[in-house]
Amino acid sequence: MIDKSRIQYLEQLWSRTHFLLGDEACAYGAIYAGCDFFAGYPITPASEVAELLAAELPKAGGLCVQMEDELASIGAIIGASWTGARVMTATSGPGFSLMQENIGYAIMTETPCVIVDVQRSGPSTGQATKPAQGDVMQARWGTHGDHEIMAFAPSSAQECFDLMFDCFDLADIYRTPVIMLMDGEIGHIRESVTMLEPSTVKRASRKKAEPGEDLFGGPELVPGVMHYGEGASIHVTGSTHLPNGMRDVTTPRVHDELVRRLYRKIDENREKIIRVETDISTGGNARIGVISYGATARPAYGAVKAARAEGRDVDFLRLITVWPFAREQVTDFARNLDFILVPEMNLGQISREIQRFADCEVISVSKIGGVPHSIDEIYQAIMEAMR
Amino acid sequence: MTEPRHRLMGYVREEIMPHRFCAGCGCGTVLNVFVNAVDELAMDPTRMVCVSGIGCSAWIPSPYFRSDTLHTTHGRPIAYATGVKIMRPDLNVVVIAGDGDIAGIGGNHLIHAARRNIDLSVLMVNNMIYGMTGGQVAPTTPLGVKTSTTPHRNIEPPFKVAEVVAAAGASYVARWTTYHVFQLKKAMQRAMTKKGFSFIEIVSQCPENYGRRIGLKTGAELLRKIKEQSVRVKKAQEMSEEELQHKIVVGELCDLDRPEFVTQLHEVTKEQVESFSLENAS
Ligand SMILES: Cc1ncc(C[n+]2csc(CCOP(=O)(O)OP(=O)(O)O)c2C)c(N)n1
Repeated sequence: MIDKSRIQYLEQLWSRTHFLLGDEACAYGAIYAGCDFFAGYPITPASEVAELLAAELPKAGGLCVQMEDELASIGAIIGASWTGARVMTATSGPGFSLMQENIGYAIMTETPCVIVDVQRSGPSTGQATKPAQGDVMQARWGTHGDHEIMAFAPSSAQECFDLMFDCFDLADIYRTPVIMLMDGEIGHIRESVTMLEPSTVKRASRKKAEPGEDLFGGPELVPGVMHYGEGASIHVTGSTHLPNGMRDVTTPRVHDELVRRLYRKIDENREKIIRVETDISTGGNARIGVISYGATARPAYGAVKAARAEGRDVDFLRLITVWPFAREQVTDFARNLDFILVPEMNLGQISREIQRFADCEVISVSKIGGVPHSIDEIYQAIMEAMR
Repeated sequence: MTEPRHRLMGYVREEIMPHRFCAGCGCGTVLNVFVNAVDELAMDPTRMVCVSGIGCSAWIPSPYFRSDTLHTTHGRPIAYATGVKIMRPDLNVVVIAGDGDIAGIGGNHLIHAARRNIDLSVLMVNNMIYGMTGGQVAPTTPLGVKTSTTPHRNIEPPFKVAEVVAAAGASYVARWTTYHVFQLKKAMQRAMTKKGFSFIEIVSQCPENYGRRIGLKTGAELLRKIKEQSVRVKKAQEMSEEELQHKIVVGELCDLDRPEFVTQLHEVTKEQVESFSLENAS
């Protein structure tokens, strides 16, 4: 909610120059976007999100709690969301794993919420504090059952700030959890961040249902909503339910219609959701392209520029939206290319996805071990492929 | 002639009746007592949020009680309820679920909610078994009982849930059974009006998945046994641990005034808003 205390807080915030960690920028972005409630549990490299929100969110009138674990954290934000609040939690891989069942609950019950995952090296405790991009597929398929999901991957502290607006807006517009898929490198990078003049900020809101209208189905892909305390006797359940919210776990058609609609409401709005950034080489004759995202997009773009400085035409595409997957954009990008290189800090999770939609050879430039790619490593991979 | 309508029918979601509880199940009794408790308090169900987990007992509010309802994942209702209560302290938030849900898979949330002393009322229906999944051992199953996953005999001592919650810092804790309906009703009323974390362990009967495993085939037989096993808190204090082995200690375990979590959370937040506003006043 954007009340007087929030406006007053933002007024003093925006005019200053900020030099922030990606995690902190994400937290400030959340305050800007109108986050009312944060619940979390400490974990490197995401703890700074919780720490900054614990210190700052109350000044803006928002509420912050450290829960007993990540299951409780996501549970608390889902409950709070049904009061109409804008809610979020932040974690890293191990905590993200613990949240998965309840992310599915938020999908099934169409509960808006934002989940920040600052990815670190896994599986398990792995290299604990070291960055990675190993949760890309967990974000996509971590919870059981068929579903579509939204996830965004920032490549700078500024983008950590900016994308929080998209996350909260899209969560409300589509009534779904949205994942801010950061990585430890971006979470812990320190950069200058420009904030907007608070009065220029536009925020989306949830479509309200008319009294008596179904909250879990109907003619629209995204039904309107009512909240607790409004006298609607809302029945929210993670079980398969009818448009009025009441359980029906036996009629095949009820499940089929519900789960397909939950999928379609994201899939059919891909154009409005998906954001990519492309830099097509000026020569226009590139046979080789690079696709990357998150922290890895930085050395990847550096390598593209280095190759161009040598007179090589190399195209570049950065995924800002990781899910739903930018399949049309990737197909387009690949049209005249022979090769696409995909640097990422995992064993090729997105490169396999790109293979499905690019009509050319896809080369995974994967790296794990907690150290991001250097520009030179990716440059060498480009040169290798050109040979 | 139309059938007479029960005077409390307005409190339940009549359109989905008849209910799905087995014959002789204690869940119907708990729903009945709950509805009576709410009615006598003249509590407005539109000012209530009932949160439940997964299990037969969780069905008591979801779908049957007509209020805002949150039927969560297994074990998490207290966590979900925490978020609701923080954002809407003016609403009465009640959690109703089984012993497996609240004290087994969700045990950590229970202990920490009690420690925070958050203003929730938790009604844990303890049927001493995992009912919905077909009679597996629960953390509350008595020693020696054969269940589908302890086919030889249960060797784990049952969890004294109410005592644990009292020790963890709750404001109000009681244990009653589905036999003690009047005491239970009063306890529910106390729980729902008491500020702070309130917890009632309701020992209940599951004839299908528990009773028949101990040779008591009907709800009535099982209820009689529960009645016979019950001893008042006061009397229990004079009994040895051995004498209490197969007893159910009923009554109030605590009724204290302790600082409540949500009130304090809002106080701290308000202080922050005010001092920020002072510091930045031009
Ligand atoms: C994460 C998870 N694990 C297991 C289950 C399966 N399950 C459903 S109900 C239940 C036990 C319910 O027991 P209890 O809470 O005591 O309720 P009762 O049915 O006895 O009333 C279990 C294990 C589940 N739904 N979710």
